[in-house]
Amino acid sequence: MSMQTRAIHSIRRYAFHIALFCFLLGPVAALLLYAGSVRWFYPAILPNEWTPQPFLRQIGNPRTRDAIGASLTIAGITTVLALLIGLPAARTLGLRRFRGRQLVLLLLFLPNVVPPVATGMGLNILFLRLGWAGSYLGVILVHLIPVLPYTIFALLGVFARYDEGYEQQARTLGATWPTVFWRVVLPLAGPGIAVAALFAFLVSWSQYVLTLLIGGGRVITLPLLLFAAVAGGNPASIAVLALIFAAPPLLAIALAARALTDRERVVVQQY
Amino acid sequence: MRNPSLRIWLTLAPALLVTGVLFGASVFYAVAQSLGYLSIIGETRLSFAAYGNVINQATVAGRELWAALGFSLWVSGAATLLSATGALILAATLSGSATPPRRSTLLALNANLALPHLVWAIALLLLFSQSGLLARIAAALGLIDLPAEFPVLVRDRYGIGIIVHYVSKEIPFLALIVLAILRTQGNTYTAVAATLGAGPWVRLRRVTLPLVLPGLAAGALLVFAFIFSAYEVPALLGVSYPRALAVLALDYFLNPDLSRRAEGMAISLIMALVVVGVAGLGRVFGERE
Repeated sequence: MSMQTRAIHSIRRYAFHIALFCFLLGPVAALLLYAGSVRWFYPAILPNEWTPQPFLRQIGNPRTRDAIGASLTIAGITTVLALLIGLPAARTLGLRRFRGRQLVLLLLFLPNVVPPVATGMGLNILFLRLGWAGSYLGVILVHLIPVLPYTIFALLGVFARYDEGYEQQARTLGATWPTVFWRVVLPLAGPGIAVAALFAFLVSWSQYVLTLLIGGGRVITLPLLLFAAVAGGNPASIAVLALIFAAPPLLAIALAARALTDRERVVVQQY
Repeated sequence: MRNPSLRIWLTLAPALLVTGVLFGASVFYAVAQSLGYLSIIGETRLSFAAYGNVINQATVAGRELWAALGFSLWVSGAATLLSATGALILAATLSGSATPPRRSTLLALNANLALPHLVWAIALLLLFSQSGLLARIAAALGLIDLPAEFPVLVRDRYGIGIIVHYVSKEIPFLALIVLAILRTQGNTYTAVAATLGAGPWVRLRRVTLPLVLPGLAAGALLVFAFIFSAYEVPALLGVSYPRALAVLALDYFLNPDLSRRAEGMAISLIMALVVVGVAGLGRVFGERE
């Protein structure tokens, strides 16, 4: 290849990658631009000043802080519950072959397919009658419906590559169960479990319809506040709220960057 | 525990119980309500009236059902086809060069995927609205004078905004699936075809496409099901008529007139049935792979 064609090739590759990055993340740049703008009117192409003021105003707003707190609490508790319930099931499903396994997988997978609008509408009246509507308990329970299948399927991948033999060897050598757990199970499955937990958190964090239908206007999480802001807020505060809402997922991707790009596996699921 | 079978079912019990009770109760109450069972207003007779009303266009909700169904089918069909095509081309381009896709590219694909749909829809709103960033750029270039001259790309009658949203979110999703298939099945076939003189288009059509088609089709069906039943994005980027099925269903369900609830519920169950059918088809495709 001559030097000239090589140069053209690399220029084309760079142009392609720049276009791809604009396509994939350009709108986020628009959010950033709006988030720091103060009274940025058409047709000014750039805001005349770009300040942290809209951000500070949102952070100082008690409604925003309450919504962040509610979102963190609900997603946190949902994640812990999903792990507690999902770990034993995923371990069995990953390591054992037994009659009815396919049926169990189908049953656990099904709630992930049925639209949240239908699930939430079905549970709305039951939870109202049980007094769970409008409470954290009700919202956490209903979040478990999409979060649990997701957690189990993420953990299934971990246990499909897991070798139980190490546990037995440790036991034979005299290790107690707690020791086996800390010294064998966690080092082997820990990173995978952490990734599953991270994405369980994100699935709950992003729920809108289920929270709306079960929260009954009393549990206001960040997506609910954001949705309401779109109807009547100014662009700067909408953009700031959107960025706060997007921060945990982006942080998670940064944390899981190695796992996502090193291994063959990709996280192919959406919420 | 001596009995291995008992041990298996004990570990599965919590997950099956939680899923079974919550999901089972949801389906049970949804069906009951769509059949007119509403103990709040003392209505306990069951009938298919709500289904009849919406299918025969007897009520307000019914008259909108077919428009909403058509709109949802159009938006999810168009977005799915465009995403699958785009994902195939993108993945083939990324894995076609001699070097594997760069870390930063994979990371950008994943970052796009991780962004909540709500955030992406808001970003598109700020970007594409008539006084948005693109309209300002068009004005600076002298292409338009007034915001109203900028084409209506979001909150438009034809669902263009919604389609743009899903195409830009689902291309990375499907591209990652295709890239994973290409990575495990090897690029050797493509390399062989190139050595034998096949151009990029022939390689895409005759080598890459047959290789990834089962996986891509399974993913595309899931994408279709997901878009078909989505609420937030059509609610934010759509207009009030025609609106998506999920938006229509939820609106009638939350209607203060309690007799409308049954119709909202019936619409949502019709939607759920379509989705489960399509996703089931996707599973069949995925398993055959």
